[in-house]
Amino acid sequence: MEIPIKLTVNGEVVERRVEPRLLLVNFLRDVLGLTGTHVGCDTSSCGACTILMDGKAVKSCTLLAVQADGAELVTVEGLAKNGELHPIQEGFWQEHGLQCGFCTPGMIMAAYQLLEENPNPSEEEIRHALEGNYCRCTGYHNIVKSVQYAAKKLNR
Amino acid sequence: MGKLIGEAVRRVEDRRFITGKATYTDDIKLPGMTYAYIVRSPYAHARIKKIDTSRAKSAPGVIAVFTGEDVKDVNGLPCGWQVNFRNGDTMKEPKHPLLVADKVRHVGDNVAMIVAETREQAKDAAELLDIEYEVLDAVTDPAKAIEEGAPLVHDDVPRNICFDWEIGDKAKTDDAFAKADHVVSLEFRNQRLIPNAIEPRSAIGVYDAARDKYTLYTSSQNPHLIRLLLCAFVLGIPEHKVRVVSPDVGGGFGSKIFHYAEEALVTWAAKQVGRPIKWTAERSESFVTDAHGRDHVTKAEMAFDKNGKILGLRVSTIANMGAYLSTFAPAIPTYLHGTLLQGVYDTPAIYCEITAVFTHTTPVDAYRGAGRPEATYLLERLVDTGARELGMDPAEIRRKNFIPPFDGVKQPGYQTQVALQYDSGNYEATLNKALEIIGYDKLRKEQEEARKQGRYIGIGFSTYIEACGIAPSAVVGALGARAGLYESSIVRVQPTGKVTVYTGSHAHGQGHETTFAQIVADTLGIPLEDVEVVHGDTDAIPFGMGTYGSRSLAVGGSALRKGLDKVIEKGTKIAAHLLEAAEEDLEFANGEWKVKGTDKKITFGEVALAAYVPHNFPEGMEPGLEFSTFYDPANFTFPFGTHIAVVEVDPETGKVTLKRYVAVDDVGTVINPLIVDGQVHGGIAQGIGQALLEEAVYDENGELLSSSFLEYAIPRADDLVSFEVDRTVTPCPHNPLGVKGAGETGTIASTAAVVNAVVDALAPLGIKDLQMPLTPRRVWEAIQQAKAS
Repeated sequence: MEIPIKLTVNGEVVERRVEPRLLLVNFLRDVLGLTGTHVGCDTSSCGACTILMDGKAVKSCTLLAVQADGAELVTVEGLAKNGELHPIQEGFWQEHGLQCGFCTPGMIMAAYQLLEENPNPSEEEIRHALEGNYCRCTGYHNIVKSVQYAAKKLNR
Repeated sequence: MGKLIGEAVRRVEDRRFITGKATYTDDIKLPGMTYAYIVRSPYAHARIKKIDTSRAKSAPGVIAVFTGEDVKDVNGLPCGWQVNFRNGDTMKEPKHPLLVADKVRHVGDNVAMIVAETREQAKDAAELLDIEYEVLDAVTDPAKAIEEGAPLVHDDVPRNICFDWEIGDKAKTDDAFAKADHVVSLEFRNQRLIPNAIEPRSAIGVYDAARDKYTLYTSSQNPHLIRLLLCAFVLGIPEHKVRVVSPDVGGGFGSKIFHYAEEALVTWAAKQVGRPIKWTAERSESFVTDAHGRDHVTKAEMAFDKNGKILGLRVSTIANMGAYLSTFAPAIPTYLHGTLLQGVYDTPAIYCEITAVFTHTTPVDAYRGAGRPEATYLLERLVDTGARELGMDPAEIRRKNFIPPFDGVKQPGYQTQVALQYDSGNYEATLNKALEIIGYDKLRKEQEEARKQGRYIGIGFSTYIEACGIAPSAVVGALGARAGLYESSIVRVQPTGKVTVYTGSHAHGQGHETTFAQIVADTLGIPLEDVEVVHGDTDAIPFGMGTYGSRSLAVGGSALRKGLDKVIEKGTKIAAHLLEAAEEDLEFANGEWKVKGTDKKITFGEVALAAYVPHNFPEGMEPGLEFSTFYDPANFTFPFGTHIAVVEVDPETGKVTLKRYVAVDDVGTVINPLIVDGQVHGGIAQGIGQALLEEAVYDENGELLSSSFLEYAIPRADDLVSFEVDRTVTPCPHNPLGVKGAGETGTIASTAAVVNAVVDALAPLGIKDLQMPLTPRRVWEAIQQAKAS
């Protein structure tokens, strides 16, 4: 049994028929080929699958594709416009906020929501906002700096 | 253009990662691809009495079901390092089958592989596999495993002992202890850790029947090593008919060095099935199948004279190998741990004995630091405890015992009591700098004030050394390595003067595409954009040993640098011919050859073009400008440093809060400070994870209780602080770049610094030692006990 869904992904309308049990992250990766969103765990802990759903950062491994019917999604692939990096992406690049890069898309999307809600976060607020996103490479030091860079640039 | 070595160049590889365009193994989708699911043992020790595959085979979408019976003629996974018993007998090396036919030996042991049209169908069919087990007693604690009557992991390995081993001079050390004024003795477990790279392991096997060629895509740190083990040892297929590709790899930390059964299974089964097969671990599988780290049970003693001078060190460790020998497992407690016990101290007598044992647990192997964190931990805990018991400041006792500075050029290397010869070092300089940054005297006063207010602040030191950039083939061969440990490069100058370099090193976060490009651009005097670094594909790169043990830059970077020297040497001959000048009259700088004292010159690009369009060329010279180089270093490199942690312990809850963390490391010459600092940050975080949060816990039946991120705590952003990182520079005297490894220093140093800080905080309560991880409960219980006594 497949169920029809219609949603917007990175500004484009997408219509597909999906199995009810298909996870949203697998819909993005396997059906739409948007492999920038990653799967790092099976307990909704690591945040590598974080995307924006109707403006909120969500863990797409914890949602079914059918739950996204009618929603507006933004994945990491949707951030850069006309080849120009989003300030958060630029921050991660400038401040060496990534090493292996696997957590990075989820980290960027979580930071996106943080800066939407709190344009001038303190270090403590950044660390708190990102505690649902695991990074094993950077010790978070440069991730904090990346978000600070982005905040400064977005506020200009 | 201009000087690039030492510059904080922003990483050239980042764009694909920050825009979601990277290619990890699980991102690869091939036509006709099928999906594998591995059925794993739920028991630590059980006899497989029966497997009925019939229902699973007829489930929707299922293409094939493989069990131990199907691979019984296939070899097991090999071990790449041999350590012998003290009496000369070869270590016990039981078969590690791809799929188990008779007895499972740890939770997660591979029992069957189901291949189906979709991942979900393969997993559904696993539910229909009918397996009957006879559950047997298990043993997970390495100290218990060697007791008489303990359950045997392998029937032909008495007392579960894989090997025993020793290093150092026992008689001399016993003598030092007999003469000592003071002896410090500690017993502890360096607890088992689970690496948890954020990308779960993944492998895709492909067989092209028309070309009789296999391709394996795998999340590996060393594609050539996997190809060699896969072809020559496991499947017995010709190496030239196999291509191994490690594309973007999402962190390794050691766990992706090793050859895993799934790599061999998907490759083998791809030919049986006739279609590509993808397998990707779920995190719950990572927890029970990625090789674990540490797991030492140790008794360590240090002998001092009355002035705090170290006279001797005696260490006895039982090292858990897990159920089977992983690729490098025997080397970790021995040659990466026993040989590091000199530390940075001029200890005149050292003796260490190791007993390596099998248990019904996931195999244990190298995890970031690999043996060196265990060595540093015991040394730094002993030295700190010695200082406390002798009434000395922890900085002072270290200063008193440091090996004096030596550069390895004017002064010779330092010969340790445990086989290694250090290359160059100035240990006290890192301590002095770290003390200055942290403001030591003031901090001690603040600690004193805080204590008066009932606050428990602690300051912890770790002055460490490590051996990395692993290393001369002849040496590691003599120590039991079944591989050489050189590295390779190809420098291919293109006709237009652009340069592609191929390295046997592999990046999985380390930023080789930038650092290596900096070396090329700096050496040849060309723009960074004119350089491309290729790694990870055995059909493209020269045979190389890959990346682990902080070896990429010291070994792979040096191989690259030597290749560039050959380019300049040949280029000079071509330039001399074209400029009609003598070679010795030319100078090469900023990408051009100049006839000294004239304005006659020729650019690198012009020489490259001439090499490929050799109309006017030196007589007898081969066309082209490309060199292949293998570099086998003269020694390990020995980075070192001082880390200081400041913590506060809440006596009501036992919670440890990290207040400050200062790291002063010396990794020799630095090519890219941004990347080196990043390596240090990440390493520190992992070591703090061991000190405060992480522990693999097995129950008495051998079930892994900490089997998900819900039970196994890796550091999160709000567990840590921003680190204060600085460095000194003592170049490595024996490689052409002067570099030392930088990938593991943080992990090696930080665990001891944090634990020393917590013990320092609680010293007024009479607490002398604590067992890791220092969870609030454990610290709280120690506080209650101390108060009660």
